[in-house]
Amino acid sequence: MILIPRMLAGLALATATVVAVTSAQVPAPGTAQPQQPADVGIVLNGERGQPPRLAVPDFIAAGADAADVARELAQVLYDDLAFEGEYDLIPRDTYGSIPPARSFADAPFDRWRELGADGLLIGSVTRNGATIKVEMRLVDVRSRRQILGREYSGSATNPRLYAHTMSDEIHETQSALKGVARTKLTFSSDRVRDRASNTVESRNVKEIFIADYDGANQRRVTVNRQLNVFPSWSPDGRAIAYTSYRRGYPDIFISLIYQGTMETPTNGVGQNWLPAFSPDGTRIAFTSNRDGNSELYVMNRDGSGLRRLTNHPAIDSTPTWAPSGGQIAFASDRTGSPQIWVVSADGLDLRRLSSESYADRPTWSPAPYNEIAFAARTGSRFDIKIYQVDKGTTRQITFGEGSNESPAWAPGGRHLAFMSTRNARASQIFTVRRDGKNLKQITRDGNNFTPNWSR
Amino acid sequence: MTRMRTMGLVAGVAVLTAVVACGKKPVAVQRPMPPPADTSGTTLGNTPAPPAPEPPLPEPPIVTPPVSPEGAIGSKNLDDLNRSSPLAPVFFALDSFEVSAEGRALLQASAQVLRQQPTWQVTVEGHCDERGTAEYNLSLGERRAVAAKTYLVSLGVAAERLRTVSYGKEFPFDPGHDEAAWAKNRRAHFVITAK
Repeated sequence: MILIPRMLAGLALATATVVAVTSAQVPAPGTAQPQQPADVGIVLNGERGQPPRLAVPDFIAAGADAADVARELAQVLYDDLAFEGEYDLIPRDTYGSIPPARSFADAPFDRWRELGADGLLIGSVTRNGATIKVEMRLVDVRSRRQILGREYSGSATNPRLYAHTMSDEIHETQSALKGVARTKLTFSSDRVRDRASNTVESRNVKEIFIADYDGANQRRVTVNRQLNVFPSWSPDGRAIAYTSYRRGYPDIFISLIYQGTMETPTNGVGQNWLPAFSPDGTRIAFTSNRDGNSELYVMNRDGSGLRRLTNHPAIDSTPTWAPSGGQIAFASDRTGSPQIWVVSADGLDLRRLSSESYADRPTWSPAPYNEIAFAARTGSRFDIKIYQVDKGTTRQITFGEGSNESPAWAPGGRHLAFMSTRNARASQIFTVRRDGKNLKQITRDGNNFTPNWSR
Repeated sequence: MTRMRTMGLVAGVAVLTAVVACGKKPVAVQRPMPPPADTSGTTLGNTPAPPAPEPPLPEPPIVTPPVSPEGAIGSKNLDDLNRSSPLAPVFFALDSFEVSAEGRALLQASAQVLRQQPTWQVTVEGHCDERGTAEYNLSLGERRAVAAKTYLVSLGVAAERLRTVSYGKEFPFDPGHDEAAWAKNRRAHFVITAK
């Protein structure tokens, strides 16, 4: 089965008893917090403006062979909801005194109310060989009214995907929020510990990997035993552009990860690195030495329509697109140390944004936030800072625990992934909320670098 | 492994031959270039990617080497040659790509070697220490490689013989995390790719 973010092949989304919901509205740009959707029929409310308190007990297993899946679904759903932070989740290890429900009808709502729950997420799972059927209901504990109901059936190979789908649907219908539970991370890793074959020195290769946003299902994408670094998702989540030394020098390759095919858009001209897909996926911004030193270029995804954006003897590198596609931020050392600059996508209106001792790897947040995260040298190492484009102000979200570099925004701009050496010098991928809280380690195997988050 | 052993054996025979045939035209084996990059390096994302099967490695062809004015150096295979570092690496100051006086002296010696070995093709690798970002260091390493190449070209080495590649901070020479290691890692490193 092939699974792609936000489109679930082979997973029938049958609506059971669904509250009438039209398409959730995306908050207008500039809105600090996502708003309540205007068209939602019923929304679970917390007390006195507090976020709703939710309990997520193990799903009801229809048959002993579904018990593990029933527990896993509840735990993954709990973790997904906790990640987005829209609910006050009642810890799952406090449910012990409440008898587990055997059916939707006999859930002890009084007991859940005593525990302080505003809402109860109950579900059931039935296993039938290689397929499962999953039912989920969000119930208002006070009124015992169903707020949301969903039913899914499909392959049993990756039950986590059902929980992720539930989480995204809960956020979409209850908070008009595009959740990230079905998104993926890509990163570079030396975990295979292969050595490059074409050198007399001992050199560890790096390969491109992908993982679910929570670190589950880590899989290798490249197998060429060379350096493969700086991966970047296409907006449709079906391709990863990256820098590979498979020809002995840095060049840009695009792996179509579900087809197992590869594209080489630069057609062998110069050396090229750090590709970044435009928000609409039609173009790629990148760094190249084709005209003698590091400059920025934009090409169409197939390599046609090449345009040079910068022309300066200093280093210009590491482009990132504004969500509109009209501007590109990048790093340049034309005033001495590398700083963050911005230029329009046609090469005009160049200006400097950062005033750091050393700043690199800008990454422009998606709407509704208009912010550029980057790595700034703080003392001997780096921390993640965020530049608010509209205000021209900068805030910092990591503070000297190891070196923290290469930030990448989640879709929706509420979280970031970055790499950090805070644990015993090994470089690992972490995710964090945009305010610097809720740090979560994603990788543990080998060293892992330069994450990028799928749309 | 088999290939390595074969290469070592062939190289040993070659060196022996060269020693026996001292003064005569040395016989050596040219190491083949690595096989061209395969284009099957991506796999389905949803299944654990098995390593690609190794492409069959061609037996090293026996070719007559060009006449070399220095028998000993000319008869080594490329790996042995590169292990002996006939072209000394050049080191740089922090965040700098300026070739120092010491570096210029080393490059003058390298230019002399390259004049004596007119068939050598060389990759000039640019490297950085770990203190900068991986992204910026790719460009900084490129500048260091270009600076070393530019100086060699100014000394009369043909530009076509010198190819630059930056590895940023990906391949430190010294894995340490102190000033001594960093100083060794900010370098232009020379790899002979054909002779």
